[in-house]
Amino acid sequence: MAVYVLCLVLFCVGIYAILSKRNLIKIIIGLIVAEHAVNLFFILVAYRIGGRAPIFEPPPVSIEPMVDPLPHALVLTAIVIGIATTAFMVALAMRIYEKYGTYDIARIRELRG
Amino acid sequence: MMPTSPVIPLFVAVPLAGAFAIALLGKKTRIIPNGMALIVTGGLIAFSIIAMRMFSLFGVHTYKLGAWPAPFGIVMVLDGLTAFMLFTVSLIAFLVILFSISYMERYSGRWQFYTLFLLMVAGMNGVIVTGDMFNLFVFLEVAAVASYALVAFGTEKHELEAAFKYAVMGSVGSLFVLLAIVWLYSYTSTLNMADMALALQAAGSTRVALVTGVLLLTGFALKAAIVPFHAWLPDAHPSAPAPISAMLSGVLIKALGVYAICRVFYSVLGVSPQLSMLLMVLGVVSMSVGVLLALRQWDLKRLLAYSSISQIGYIMLGIGIGTPLGFMAALFHLFNHSVFKSLLFLGSGAVEYATGTRDLREMGGLGKRMKLTSAAMLSGSMSVAGIPPFAGFWSKLLIIVAAVQAGYYWFAIIAVVASMLTLSYVMRIMRYGFLGELREKWAGVREVPFMMKLSLGLLALICILGGLLLLPGAREFFLTQAARTFSVGTQLASRILGGV
Repeated sequence: MAVYVLCLVLFCVGIYAILSKRNLIKIIIGLIVAEHAVNLFFILVAYRIGGRAPIFEPPPVSIEPMVDPLPHALVLTAIVIGIATTAFMVALAMRIYEKYGTYDIARIRELRG
Repeated sequence: MMPTSPVIPLFVAVPLAGAFAIALLGKKTRIIPNGMALIVTGGLIAFSIIAMRMFSLFGVHTYKLGAWPAPFGIVMVLDGLTAFMLFTVSLIAFLVILFSISYMERYSGRWQFYTLFLLMVAGMNGVIVTGDMFNLFVFLEVAAVASYALVAFGTEKHELEAAFKYAVMGSVGSLFVLLAIVWLYSYTSTLNMADMALALQAAGSTRVALVTGVLLLTGFALKAAIVPFHAWLPDAHPSAPAPISAMLSGVLIKALGVYAICRVFYSVLGVSPQLSMLLMVLGVVSMSVGVLLALRQWDLKRLLAYSSISQIGYIMLGIGIGTPLGFMAALFHLFNHSVFKSLLFLGSGAVEYATGTRDLREMGGLGKRMKLTSAAMLSGSMSVAGIPPFAGFWSKLLIIVAAVQAGYYWFAIIAVVASMLTLSYVMRIMRYGFLGELREKWAGVREVPFMMKLSLGLLALICILGGLLLLPGAREFFLTQAARTFSVGTQLASRILGGV
């Protein structure tokens, strides 16, 4: 149970960073933390005590405490998507720094209304 | 035996192939990106008409990727709502590409534009056709990441700022969706939407459905820019190049937001009266906040962006009402909004192309120099304001009638008032932008090139004639069979799996 709570805490830390930080890079880091909290949660859900890989073997060997491989595949996909988004946002932050000369979102506010 | 159809995966495969072909071959020439994008989107319109026809003849179709049987492999599903959304997306994408051929001349890196554009279309079509929860997330991200990049396409100050804001909000939205999918998977041990719906029904537990419902609604509402989650839209949509504004406001927020909400709640989780009420309240709040904020905008595209928020509110209200008339009205308004909001954004792009400004205070009398753009903008404005006989009038009328029939008098009254306020802001576009005396400095302004005029003219024609879709025959083929998907609801699941 405690691991799930820690996972939730990690997610909240990420969301808190996104909402309250003023530095673009810190916002991106917050997003990465929140994202990996979700991935971690998915892996935890799939965890089996004493589990083994789901490879079929002839009857005397049982694959009973089998680990469901699907969540791992999904998390892998989610990580790849996350990397693409992160790379894109870091590139964006660099271009913003070139134009505005700052990472501070309080000073990057030309759009309003 | 459920009919299978090889047309369904083409909706994703063709734009994906087009995107990569443009990226590989289109760097040097101008013909390849333009021609390829036109052929791909034109082909998608043809496929979507075939898909509608197939559905009306044979009912729900599925396609199993890699021929794996249904609850284990990935399934794509074609039902009425899917066919309707595919047609809307393809139609708008084609007309927007037609417009961008001339408009994008000013930008460098056109092949990148078309690659990202087709990737976005592939993502949206994927979200629409998929029958698998995790694929929904993957395609959602494909479309979203492509759209972040397209918002930043100009790489000027404002574009970058808006794109960053949009990317952060969009990624948080996707995170909520992913979290909800994790919950649903760990509860039902399946990702197939139909199988998941059956498992949830069998378990009969509403608590998991409630938690995931809240997470999914938050995630998709962020994508659809429904009011408490709308902050990114008025920055992102105006900052993008005009064709992209038209795509984002016209179809992206509907495919990733409204359609995903409909699919997840009506076909998988099931709808409770509280959820319907919540959708209606969100709709009414969106429609009134959007319209009030639009009233005080002077930037033409920003005004239109707020107007999108307000019109999405009408669609959500129609869906929330939950009667067959409400669903049909909501879908008809969704189609109409796609058409007239793309028209208005493309029109604002044409004005920007000719004059270089989007500020209504600097315009004036442009109608004298740009006759066709002005006429097209007028028909789009009349449609959004709901003036008969333009298409927007009929769909708004049906939504209000549905609200009255279902006994939600207050919502109907708010919808009527919001519609009047809409008229006042669109009249402002016409009065400051196109009517009145021509200003000295715009004396040399010329009408936009032929391709842009063609696209504007076709969209205006659909705005004027759209009401004809309500005639018997056309209505049955186009709207009713799509609206029936809602009434079938989670029963769809047993049909899909039953046939496999």
